[in-house]
Amino acid sequence: MAKRIDVSGLSAYYGSHLAIEDISMTVEPRSVTAFIGPSGCGKSTFLRTLNRMHEVTPGGRVEGKVLLDDENLYGANVDPVTVRRTVGMVFQRPNPFPTMSIFDNVAAGLKLNGSYKKNELSDIVEKSLRGANLWNEVKDRLNKPGSGLSGGQQQRLCIARAIAVEPEVLLMDEPCSALDPISTLAIEDLIGELKERFTIVIVTHNMQQAARVSDRTAFFNLAAVGKPGKLVEIDETERIFSNPSVQATEDYISGRFG
Amino acid sequence: MSQAANTGIQKRPTPMAPTRKTSLSSRALPRWAPLAFAAVAIALGVGTGAAAGWHSHTQWGLFSALLFVVISYVTTTVVENQRQAKDRLATSIVWVCFLLAVVPLFSLIWTTVSRGAKILDGYFLTHSMAGVPGIEAGGGVYHALIGTLEQVGLATLISAPIGLLTAVYLVEYGKGALAKAVTFFVDVMTGIPSIVAGLFILSIMLMAQLQPSGLMGSLALSILMMPVVVRSTEEMLKLVPNELREASLALGIPKWRTILKVVIPTAIGGITTGVMLAIARIAGETAPIMLLVFGSQLINTNPFQGAQSSLPFYIWEQYKIGSEPSYDRAWAAALVLIAFVMILNLVARGIARWKAPKTGR
Repeated sequence: MAKRIDVSGLSAYYGSHLAIEDISMTVEPRSVTAFIGPSGCGKSTFLRTLNRMHEVTPGGRVEGKVLLDDENLYGANVDPVTVRRTVGMVFQRPNPFPTMSIFDNVAAGLKLNGSYKKNELSDIVEKSLRGANLWNEVKDRLNKPGSGLSGGQQQRLCIARAIAVEPEVLLMDEPCSALDPISTLAIEDLIGELKERFTIVIVTHNMQQAARVSDRTAFFNLAAVGKPGKLVEIDETERIFSNPSVQATEDYISGRFG
Repeated sequence: MSQAANTGIQKRPTPMAPTRKTSLSSRALPRWAPLAFAAVAIALGVGTGAAAGWHSHTQWGLFSALLFVVISYVTTTVVENQRQAKDRLATSIVWVCFLLAVVPLFSLIWTTVSRGAKILDGYFLTHSMAGVPGIEAGGGVYHALIGTLEQVGLATLISAPIGLLTAVYLVEYGKGALAKAVTFFVDVMTGIPSIVAGLFILSIMLMAQLQPSGLMGSLALSILMMPVVVRSTEEMLKLVPNELREASLALGIPKWRTILKVVIPTAIGGITTGVMLAIARIAGETAPIMLLVFGSQLINTNPFQGAQSSLPFYIWEQYKIGSEPSYDRAWAAALVLIAFVMILNLVARGIARWKAPKTGR
């Protein structure tokens, strides 16, 4: 469980448009790494290159290397489907499958991959829902549609769905931006628990959230309007928020940007 | 005055409030005004029509509709104001157009039901025209009903899978020149007249020296049906949010399973409706049946061999005979055809509701 990610010289394109340029960083296993930075600086794009979801976008392509414990995700014989089973993802807006019940939503990854034993399925679903702190709220209505849950519950359902396939890494793209403070707190607590088992990368616009949940923080920025996004620095969260080594980081964090 | 003089303050005249009650309310027509306008317009229209001796009741109706629009506009201008009048004008025109569209529909249904119900019974539905001279009463629609069910069923079996897969290709995989070409030809196919589709299959039939059969008719019908299925399915698949595809892909589910288990189930209600509407469209086609299925008075349950009949063909055939009983049979068959299409529509709605993404708690 939980693998280290080593990115070196990574650039991502949308067609001929260079979105992020030459990013290198290391994401430690069993820790939370937060990406912060202004909108449009390529945080989400970079996150999506980590499980090869970027190439799902029409025209999306990537240059450079992403090593997952010494194995290049963009190697010649690597199947993106296998990569995505290893590196799970939670999206900005909760997106449970509308045709499926709560149970089926959590089981979807296993059922649709065909890699499960029938008698284990309900155990895995319960374990994942417990892992996402949702079990007590939904255990009596597992057969009801997942879209009937509240926004916060739906997002935890999506997290349960993502951890049910037992990935090594969990990517979260602004998982709390559509949620109220109480649901946000629930998910932040959950992130704290999940980092015992997974490597977690989270994109957030909320500086306090980054400070609360993450061990390391990476600051992304645009060199200028129209230029590609770049990694400014990555360091221990404490250092980034108290004594960053780059002036731009301090300006952004203290709100003196631009 | 004495006070003012005492205090030395000059009393200024306070400006008079305007006589209007408030600035927000104004004169308004009662809620039943449109009904009254309509009543007056119809009365005037009928009166004028009768007085001027117009023969066509359509003229009476159109004149009433025109009067309705004019009366509501003028009255509202006088009583309320210009803006309200424009609003009323637009509303009246919408209502008039709605009625103009609905009247022929109801007239059609009414005529068919009132004329068709006369001989429509169990006997009519379960007997063929075998041994019944066309100009005499008796006989039924059974052979034509069987023919329509089989031909339409076969056409659906052929074109629904092809149409569905084409739409999946266009939405999920298609890029570049091939997808553009497919889209273009689907659009062109939508406009193919049914007789052309019939002639196309007929030419193949003659070249391959095949005999007329229900299957030949189904092939022509599926040419007509396919583009409709592709178009409607395409629209439905496009409505499935991209987030669902990404959610599924991010779980490590391969693309083909994502399409099969997430995208299509989400859109299945709309896809079914589209297929049912396409069936309804081809169920009434006569031309290909005349060319390719040949028509028959006998029950032939095998769509792969021998001539068959079908409902639209039967209607045309009975109308052509030109006797009173055959007209009755034609109307009854028309009623059966309308009922068939309507049942299909109801089934489609039922499936769409049953399969629609659930929101209940």
